[in-house]
Amino acid sequence: MNWIYEPWPWYISGPMIALILFLLLMVGKNFGMSSNLRTLCTICGADKKVDFFKFDWQTQKWNLIVVIGTIIGGFIASNFLSTDTTVAISQETISDLKNLGFNDAGNAYLPSNLFDLNALTNVKSLIILIVSGLLVGFGTRYAGGCTSGHAISGLSNLQVPSLIAVIGFFIGGIIMIHFLFPLLF
Amino acid sequence: MRTLIYLIIGILFGITMFKSEAASWFRIYEMFKFQSFHMYGIIGSALSIGIIMVQLIKRFNVKSFYGEKINFPPKNRSFYRYMIGGIIFGLGWALAGACPGPMFTLIGVGFLPMVIVIIAAILGTYIYGLLQKKLPH
Repeated sequence: MNWIYEPWPWYISGPMIALILFLLLMVGKNFGMSSNLRTLCTICGADKKVDFFKFDWQTQKWNLIVVIGTIIGGFIASNFLSTDTTVAISQETISDLKNLGFNDAGNAYLPSNLFDLNALTNVKSLIILIVSGLLVGFGTRYAGGCTSGHAISGLSNLQVPSLIAVIGFFIGGIIMIHFLFPLLF
Repeated sequence: MRTLIYLIIGILFGITMFKSEAASWFRIYEMFKFQSFHMYGIIGSALSIGIIMVQLIKRFNVKSFYGEKINFPPKNRSFYRYMIGGIIFGLGWALAGACPGPMFTLIGVGFLPMVIVIIAAILGTYIYGLLQKKLPH
């Protein structure tokens, strides 16, 4: 059982994601995490101002429970199922990231200059966190889904709209990393 | 009982996101740089199994654990919303290094600045709601 404590290879991780999709289908639900962002808007009272948020959020309560599980899962995995949380990215990636000033590339799970508590006192890091969140939240709702809803659920069901969305995800990601990162970092 | 099942599914998902490193900002960067097979292996294998699974469920009319029909809501036909929305999402995914599932996982891991990203994502969703009728769909 030692493999559990190691980072999981793709051939364990991918089938695990398929298992989660299977379990959700078998309890009569669909896999889609970003819908929760809309539900949270409604709970915060957005339905009083904007029609898009007028729906019975109780019907999405199950998905919020999945979210709570997702948080607990992260806690369990990092505290009890891992000995070393360093991410072994490729040497090429490490040197590219070091050139951009991410000195802990290859020695951490997330870059400390964005995700350590000190990042919250750095104006630039704070702006990056906020802008990235705004883009994710706006983009995912505009596209009608995120990685789980389109790349996994939608493509599994051979939906052309999901294919267009996933192509969009990659165009956006490539623009950000190849063209905007050198300007930002 | 059903609540407990959703919670367990969520926990499995959270553990998978962390252990697969799909929740690592570094892996997302590496993926968009095409410098490793790891993320493509994850998405590719999940998807291959997913496609077969959905086809089998449809072909054999498999019922849910509760004996109900399993529904696959079709997505509306359109191009602009998926392409433009997708590109905007991709820009954010690469910058945050996390999509909406892993964001929550990382809170559980203890990366508290991710709370800012989530609040901004909720706000981004709200802004979409405000502008929805003015955007091409």
